[in-house]
Amino acid sequence: MTTDRLKIYDYSIALVLLAITLISVSVTIVIMGILGIESYNFFQLVPVTDFLFGTQWEPFLEPKSFGVLPLITGTLIIVIGSSIIAIPSGIVIAAYLNEYASKKTRKIIKPLLEILAGIPTVVYGYFALTFITPLIRNFLPDTQVFNGLSGAIVVGIMILPMISSLCDDAFSSLPSSLKQGGYALGAMPFEVVSQVIIPAAKNRIGASVILAMSRAIGETMAVTLAAGATAKLTLNPLESIQTMTAFIVQVSLGDTQQGGAAYLTCFSVAGLLFLITFLLNIVGHKLMTQSKHGGF
Amino acid sequence: MTELKDKDQQAIIQLKDLSIFYGDNQAVNKINLDFYKNKVTAIIGPSGCGKSTVLRSINRMNDFIDILHTKGEVVYENQNILDKNLDPTRLRRDIGMVFQRPNPFPKSIYNNIIWGPKINGFLKNPDELVEKSLRRAALWDEVKDRLHDSALGLSGGQQQRLCIARTVAMNPSVILMDEPCSALDPKATIRIENLIDELKDDYTILIVTHNMQQAARVSDYTAFLYEGELVEFGETDGLFTNPVEKQTEDYITGRFG
Amino acid sequence: MSLSRSQKNSLFKFSCQAVTAISLLVLVVLLYHIMKEGFAYLNFDFLNHFPSRRPSRAGIKSALFGSLWIMGLTAMIAIPVGVCTALFLEEYTNRKNKWVKLVELNISNLAGVPSIVYGLLGLTVFVRFLGMDRSLIAGALTLSLLILPVIVVTTQGALRAVPDAIRYGAYALGARRYHVVFGQVLPAAIPGIMTGVILSMSRAIGESAPLIMVGALSFVAFTPESITDPFTVLPVQIYNWVGRPQEAFHGLAAAGIIVLLAVLFTFNIIAVFIREKFQRYKND
Repeated sequence: MTTDRLKIYDYSIALVLLAITLISVSVTIVIMGILGIESYNFFQLVPVTDFLFGTQWEPFLEPKSFGVLPLITGTLIIVIGSSIIAIPSGIVIAAYLNEYASKKTRKIIKPLLEILAGIPTVVYGYFALTFITPLIRNFLPDTQVFNGLSGAIVVGIMILPMISSLCDDAFSSLPSSLKQGGYALGAMPFEVVSQVIIPAAKNRIGASVILAMSRAIGETMAVTLAAGATAKLTLNPLESIQTMTAFIVQVSLGDTQQGGAAYLTCFSVAGLLFLITFLLNIVGHKLMTQSKHGGF
Repeated sequence: MTELKDKDQQAIIQLKDLSIFYGDNQAVNKINLDFYKNKVTAIIGPSGCGKSTVLRSINRMNDFIDILHTKGEVVYENQNILDKNLDPTRLRRDIGMVFQRPNPFPKSIYNNIIWGPKINGFLKNPDELVEKSLRRAALWDEVKDRLHDSALGLSGGQQQRLCIARTVAMNPSVILMDEPCSALDPKATIRIENLIDELKDDYTILIVTHNMQQAARVSDYTAFLYEGELVEFGETDGLFTNPVEKQTEDYITGRFG
Repeated sequence: MSLSRSQKNSLFKFSCQAVTAISLLVLVVLLYHIMKEGFAYLNFDFLNHFPSRRPSRAGIKSALFGSLWIMGLTAMIAIPVGVCTALFLEEYTNRKNKWVKLVELNISNLAGVPSIVYGLLGLTVFVRFLGMDRSLIAGALTLSLLILPVIVVTTQGALRAVPDAIRYGAYALGARRYHVVFGQVLPAAIPGIMTGVILSMSRAIGESAPLIMVGALSFVAFTPESITDPFTVLPVQIYNWVGRPQEAFHGLAAAGIIVLLAVLFTFNIIAVFIREKFQRYKND
């Protein structure tokens, strides 16, 4: 091949790679486009205020009503419940791995946590329904078969490894002079963790918490299986509820007419879901990168 | 500038009013310099004097530094190689380079040698080429039984000789060496220096070094750069024993640098 | 009663250990529970039968084959696209360029989009708009988009870990950019890229929500023959069984989970083996 042909070859490869790169850009545009257009169509049928502030969610049965608040409270139960479980324990595990565990222990625990993170969500759904719910019902017999608590517990187990590994990264990226300074003043590991490490890493702890909560909001299969499909405006974790994600699954399973309000509402709920997780992710990443460069 | 004794020397590369800038900072100021064919020319000077920058402009490796721009000419084979229309890829086939730290590819010794010829489309007899190049770089006896082992398993000195062998395999006319021994121990350094002496029969060698003893040992000609300016150029023996400029004398006698 | 500092410290250390131990205990309980419930249903007939209304005759064959098909197709689509995107961003652009920064931000945000949204995307674009219907290819394309960001980000990291000295060394031999990128940088980055591939493909194997959206929940009593065939996959079949009220189906679900975890495990072993093989030249 001549030099010129090789040169052209080189340029064409660059162009092909550019074209492929544009795929990922177009994915975002297409997602936003679909959710935007179909939500717009939905809001032609149902006023935005009815959707956002309505307290009745009854998209299939007459009289239909499309108040999304019950789905929001359903999602909130899962997010709050899973956060209560996962955030403190995730931080504590990270502290343990950093300050107490020997290198050898670390080497065993970290992969095990990764396994916990890698188990498919449907498996957690099964676990919730066949193990956790019966366990809860042993202690609280009034609990419904499908309930928010069971879903919140498994989602908590699912996001725990994410928080612990992000916090672990945050702790170990702190300058070692910081810790040594604490120990040099005669501090105990407990004091170093609570008074030096956690305050110093608070931005990145915050970022990992936000990212994990975003994961919990988007979690689908486990909550669909465990928490049920009853959209109800409640904060009682022992009742059957429905999350935003579970509703979308429900619509796709049924034979909902394409184009009707019940079908379109799927997109408005997904649009809301996208918006919330998108904002959380932006804030989370911002907090993460800010504290990576510069101060803490 | 010193009067050159050997007027018949043929200049293979000529720097004409070469100036190089990093953004607004001028690193090299209007250098005029001839490099002679089949000779070893050393470029010496204190760190930051622009010697490596000059060397990298000769095979256009400076292209990879965004903020850098150049004025003047570098003439090779009657062409100004700094011309934007010239394809640096072709140029680099003719003007090879050995870097400060050995940088073998994470492949086998064998594949390190044949990669350049292969991508440039003139690989004919790989086994022969590998043996020839490794022999030329005085590495053959040490590695002939493990040609297909990773190049990263070699010692630093061996790695640097492999990089020389890899360059030699391209059959270039000029080899640029950017402080090739600075990461090596004294024993490995001596082997490379001996090798340079053998290679000059076939190649023109330009070597940047901050080690004056090394320049004195290996080079035929020496150029002394200070703060981006060419202070003195001449035959190495003359420059070291009888420098013309006061700055050169101060530098080689160790008064600064 | 107030505790001394060292007592507080011991108490804290003990609680740390306890929390860590409990979370690992959860893993043990989870696996034990699944084994206990599912082992009785796990036999050759289970692997070789199609789904059925009667639990005693139901098997996982179509889901197992569906999962293998989906894995293969997704890998064939997502890995080249993801690796090429990362190559373009790392090797062909200037990192300070604001467009590049925007694309990178976009990709990191895509990684955080809930999987169910990808399902809706697949349903609208592949199944309906492009008329692919409820087919393997529609499912594989949907999953490919889902795991693309993970592959891109980890591949970028792997490429960044390749020292510039290798690139310069290659250019100095008269290499063109594509020689440098595909001949030196990419091969040197393969072990790191494999890590991302393992991570993302493991996720794809276990993913069910987006596939339910594109119609993988249909009753499939045959193994797919081509990419336009309808399909189901292991996690979706498991979901189907878990969702039924009869106890026996829960046992089948547990057996299905054992098969799913076994597939995941096997895949990881193979991928790690490949990674080690490529790592050969990295070790001294």
